[in-house]
Amino acid sequence: MNSRLLANTMRVLALQMVTRAKASHIGSALSIIDLVAVLYADVLSVDPGNPQWSERDRFILSKGHACVALYAALAAQGFFPLPELEEYGRDFSDLMNHISHKVSGVEFSTGSLGHGLPFAVGKALAGKRGGKGWRVCVLVSDGEMDEGSNWEALLFAAHHRLDNLLLLIDYNKLQSLTTVAETLALEPLAEKLRAFGWAVTEVDGHDHEAVRSACKGFPWQVGKPSVLLAHTVKGKGVSFMENQVVWHYRNPSEEQLAQALEELAQAREAG
Amino acid sequence: MRRAFIEELLSLASEEERIALMVGDLGYSVVEPFAERFPERFINAGVAEQNMMGMAAGMASEGYRVFVYSIANFPTFRCAEQIRNDVAYHRLPVTVVAVGAGLAYGNLGYSHHAVQDYGLLRLLPNMLLAAPGDPLEVRACLRYLIAHPQPAYLRIGKVGEPSLHAEVPEVRPGEWLPVLQRGGNKVLLSTGATLPLARQWLEQPAFADYDLYSLPLWGMEHKQQQAEQVARFAQVVTVEDHLADGGFASWMREALAEQPELMLRHRGRSLSARVCGVVGSQSTLNAYGGLRADGASTEEGV
Repeated sequence: MNSRLLANTMRVLALQMVTRAKASHIGSALSIIDLVAVLYADVLSVDPGNPQWSERDRFILSKGHACVALYAALAAQGFFPLPELEEYGRDFSDLMNHISHKVSGVEFSTGSLGHGLPFAVGKALAGKRGGKGWRVCVLVSDGEMDEGSNWEALLFAAHHRLDNLLLLIDYNKLQSLTTVAETLALEPLAEKLRAFGWAVTEVDGHDHEAVRSACKGFPWQVGKPSVLLAHTVKGKGVSFMENQVVWHYRNPSEEQLAQALEELAQAREAG
Repeated sequence: MRRAFIEELLSLASEEERIALMVGDLGYSVVEPFAERFPERFINAGVAEQNMMGMAAGMASEGYRVFVYSIANFPTFRCAEQIRNDVAYHRLPVTVVAVGAGLAYGNLGYSHHAVQDYGLLRLLPNMLLAAPGDPLEVRACLRYLIAHPQPAYLRIGKVGEPSLHAEVPEVRPGEWLPVLQRGGNKVLLSTGATLPLARQWLEQPAFADYDLYSLPLWGMEHKQQQAEQVARFAQVVTVEDHLADGGFASWMREALAEQPELMLRHRGRSLSARVCGVVGSQSTLNAYGGLRADGASTEEGV
């Protein structure tokens, strides 16, 4: 499945999961689906038949509230059967409403922000010191960059020249209550990241070719960790959810789900 | 205890190449031998405890047995959520090592007083508490943790603590370790750095007919063995240099909660919260908090 088709499928699955479970965070999931789709279709070296394959690339979803994006990608790629997605959000389900390592293909449970990058840095350090060929990718949200632990990790990764590490920042400019700019302004973010010693590339986070080209080519500078500053749209792919902070928490009605699926069907036909 | 810790870790690391030591820019004059001998397995994470603990979890997830070393509350309260979520929940073999247990850094002030750590760490499922009472128990706990990799908290003192065992004892979680048996039916049961103090109490008339045991390994999962051990004695007095709230005595009471006749045999000697915010030497503050050298109870003590 190419990344475009995978992303469209993931959006459908994510919307169905969130609607069925009356869950939150669909806007956050739609924001990262193109990034995750490109990673799983074209970048990460993983084996759905052997999720613990020792030489696999490691992917950490630090914004664990956007879990339906990853659950959908893993099911669509064959890590577990698609019907298991119906368990999402049910009592005692392993498919928890924040990403869970109890699900096949998931490396790490998150939910509290600011945990994924330090964990990924630890993995990257282990990989470096062990002379391993695999790489580590970690996806964080922009609001999550408020967390001090992330800036601690940025310092460490640069100091230790962890160029086997790729950080993707989902820069959709909306947080839980309002915009990033009105919450804790991050700008100039790219300059800050460069000043911390990282190689920075900015892309349209919904441009598959740009994301693919950047991610496949990392490290962009030997001896530096890489950060992809991905400019995204929260709620991307569903017209009435795009750039609306309300879809951080609101769950869709059946009518809204039908409308969203219709839009996605049209997008799929249009290619 | 610090010396025993680093010597034993060096010895174990020469056999087990997955052992790594991570420090939070602390450990001057303690950790250098490890850093020099195993530079590829030594990491100074800088003054950044949240990242340090998350990284330790990440390294442990790739097969390392990581020991994270810092002082007092820095590797515990400062990064409590990383221990809870990243280490304990994922059942990763990270040992959080805090030096300066209890009031060992008494003169350094409240920031350096580790008198609430049991309460924090024993609240975490999968977490084993290791609170050795002397340098030989430090070695015993380390050997146990390497043989049984799991999330753990190792609480050690500073320097100069006496050895109370003749050799490195064998320790198991939840099992009381005899230190001095005099055949009586009363017992002082100490955990952590209060063991030498409890040993002194045996010389006092009030405790003349007591035996002394240590419990260096305990935690949420090891309450079920306590009732049968308490039942062997008419009186059990637990001793800890930790606040009464949420500590070792509280844990024991919870373990005995369904057997009131056993609960009545238990008394706890812990620190009063009056020590919080006061500075002094370890012995001065212990006495001020209710753990006097002569074993006498004070009004303020609990």
